[in-house]
Amino acid sequence: MDLSSINPILLVASIMVSATPILFAALGELVVEKSGVLNLGVEGMMITGAVVGFAIAVNTGSPLVGFVAAAVAGAALSLAFGLLTQFLLSNQVATGLGLTLVGLGLSSLIGKPYEGIKSPTLPKLNLGPLSDLPIVGRMLFSHDIMVYVSLALVVATWAFLKFTRAGLILRAVGESHDSAHALGYKVVRIRLLAILFGGACAGLGGAYLSLVRVPQWTEGMTAGAGWIALALVVFASWRAGRVLIGAYLFGGVTVLQLNLQAAGADVPVALLSASPYLVTILVLVVISAVGKHGAPASLGRPFHAAS
Amino acid sequence: MDSPLLRIDGLTKAYPGVIANDQVSFDIGRGEIHALLGENGAGKSTLVKMIYGLVKPDTGTMTLDDKPFAPTKPSEARSNGVAMVFQHFSLFDALSVAENVALGMETPPALRDLARQIRDVSEAYGLPLDPSRTVGTLSAGERQRVEIIRCLLQDPRLLIMDEPTSVLTPQEVDILFETLHKLQAEGTSILYISHKLEEIRTLCDHATILRLGKNVGTCTPRETTARAMAELMVGSSFASPVARDTEKGAVLLEARALSLPAPGAFGTPLRDISFSVQAGEVLGLGGVAGNGQDELLDTLTGERSAPKGTLFLKGHDISQTGPVYRRNEGLLTGPEERLGHAAAPNMSLTENAVLTAAQRKGLMANGFISWPKARSFAEEVIAQFDVRTPGASTAARALSGGNLQKFVVGREIAQAPDVLVLNQPTWGVDAAAAAFIRQAILDVAARGGAVVVISQDLDELMEVSDRFGALNEGRLSKIRPVAELNIEQIGLMMGGAEDMEDAHA
Repeated sequence: MDLSSINPILLVASIMVSATPILFAALGELVVEKSGVLNLGVEGMMITGAVVGFAIAVNTGSPLVGFVAAAVAGAALSLAFGLLTQFLLSNQVATGLGLTLVGLGLSSLIGKPYEGIKSPTLPKLNLGPLSDLPIVGRMLFSHDIMVYVSLALVVATWAFLKFTRAGLILRAVGESHDSAHALGYKVVRIRLLAILFGGACAGLGGAYLSLVRVPQWTEGMTAGAGWIALALVVFASWRAGRVLIGAYLFGGVTVLQLNLQAAGADVPVALLSASPYLVTILVLVVISAVGKHGAPASLGRPFHAAS
Repeated sequence: MDSPLLRIDGLTKAYPGVIANDQVSFDIGRGEIHALLGENGAGKSTLVKMIYGLVKPDTGTMTLDDKPFAPTKPSEARSNGVAMVFQHFSLFDALSVAENVALGMETPPALRDLARQIRDVSEAYGLPLDPSRTVGTLSAGERQRVEIIRCLLQDPRLLIMDEPTSVLTPQEVDILFETLHKLQAEGTSILYISHKLEEIRTLCDHATILRLGKNVGTCTPRETTARAMAELMVGSSFASPVARDTEKGAVLLEARALSLPAPGAFGTPLRDISFSVQAGEVLGLGGVAGNGQDELLDTLTGERSAPKGTLFLKGHDISQTGPVYRRNEGLLTGPEERLGHAAAPNMSLTENAVLTAAQRKGLMANGFISWPKARSFAEEVIAQFDVRTPGASTAARALSGGNLQKFVVGREIAQAPDVLVLNQPTWGVDAAAAAFIRQAILDVAARGGAVVVISQDLDELMEVSDRFGALNEGRLSKIRPVAELNIEQIGLMMGGAEDMEDAHA
């Protein structure tokens, strides 16, 4: 094995790129779960975002328009989930799994004509003197705009949940929908908004895969990124800051695994790619052993206003 | 001054199959404490929800300050000066006191200012409270303070209180009443919902009594007897349980220095609990909710195992055995939560009967359930305990709370337990059914069984128990014969301060 073939600067830079899709999706899911809804359809919304974003970007020639379209597509798919679970009170787990299957099927249908095409991709942002810094400049300050948008979204989500009244109400709804209802808050409306946000974020994450990271459309290209995002929310014990750490950690594992393979390490590949899930299980064990966790108390419970 | 603050005129609200409120009318005067009395299911909650804007009346009008008042949502009621302290369901365990208060306000100030206001108001009204604490760690009495302070910060003109004392110690009740009198002196009207008659007689100026959704009478509680009000509430008289003098026999259940860590973040640890129950005896365990009742019950049922040598059934160590073993040995239990713990909501009564009675009643043969036997056992329980249900194949969730409670308690009693442990046997059950269940408890003891009743209803415990102990923060007070106790001692025991009283005596 030759570790010197791994360039640390490129490694960090590619970790940031590979973490961005799951960071978007996990942030969206974090807000959804904070409102007390468990949407397991992240994978389906991501891949729908990926294909729609790709198709629109190819047709308009503008990757930014592609990202907007991806967010809209993800939100539209999540709206179906929202209507089913919030108004028709269907089971959230089953509906979420269904959403994933629908997303995978829909995307391969839409994506057929676009296979093998190259899409316009986002330019690297020139941050002037910052980008010119030695080492750090290439590591941190020479990415495309969506990387920085995702980082800004981490801060925004954290501040929203911690400091704003709307964030407090969202957390309250996730904590006890009965109490929130008794105080006169519109539980269903608040949850629908959270679900839409989650869908839009998953769509953005998917589009980042197909427009920047790869950038191409292949069927099933999310390859489990949505599930990693779901695991990430638990790993982060429902905190935005830890979602960032987790995303970069999990993204790092993915990149490192490729680099290690290239460097000829004799660690089984399957073990490395399973490691995010193993880590999540470990975190779950630790959380339940400590007895303290950040899970919203109403997570996954259906709400029906009795009066 | 003469016109009432709130006039309710002909309010009617019907739900499919039931008329919750039928032409209810009454007035609440300014600076008056007005009691709203009624059994469970009499329509008190629905009426209050209409005043608070959670439910829209079908017909009828309300007038607040001589102006029509028809709130369509709680925030509208709040902005008109109507505030409500809920019985359940309005606090968020994982949020801080200040955040909880902010959620109940229309335009809350920044959290730092709010924390200061909370401290000011809590001092002014003698309700100490730390704004930064997490609500999940508070006692029931402190949680109620959160709700009251949330209301007080909005200068309400009408404060609605839904069964505020059901979770308080007698001392906490006194503090609450002082606060309410202070509010009354400041001109705030209070609508006070309860079914505790003595309490209403000491506190309230007027009382409106509801039965089956109708206003059946108004009275001045101070000039009426509790018995007269009770008869208005129930509409007929019911038998109070008759205690029988029974011979006390051998010790059947014993706990020796039982300690166990808390099961979760918001649970209570059990600390050095010792007690014993003899055959023919009822031991009552009181205490404010959340002081270890559920944890103790789970330990007695075998859902959580205890350290070796702490629990003995008929002299055998059962600390490490599971529920099935204990049941076979004659220790039967009825947990507090009817739906989901004592009974599986979507399963029929027959199936629910099999769940605990399979072994003792021989409902199984070679691993197969004998459904005819199971059905006849369920029907026997239904007949014997007067459970009102269309039949044994009805799902448990379709029964009213009182009827299901009669069924789950009856299911255990019909298995002839040697030791019966019940948690809140009459919680949310109407008076007639409650009296029936209490009588059944006494009958078990009369037959030579040992009974442990865990309850927050002190009157109930005084009625059925031979000896009484109180749980406080997972510790059990000294156990004393009920005949020697007065209400003040009980309060001190519940507050965990009995030894101080001993020192004075």
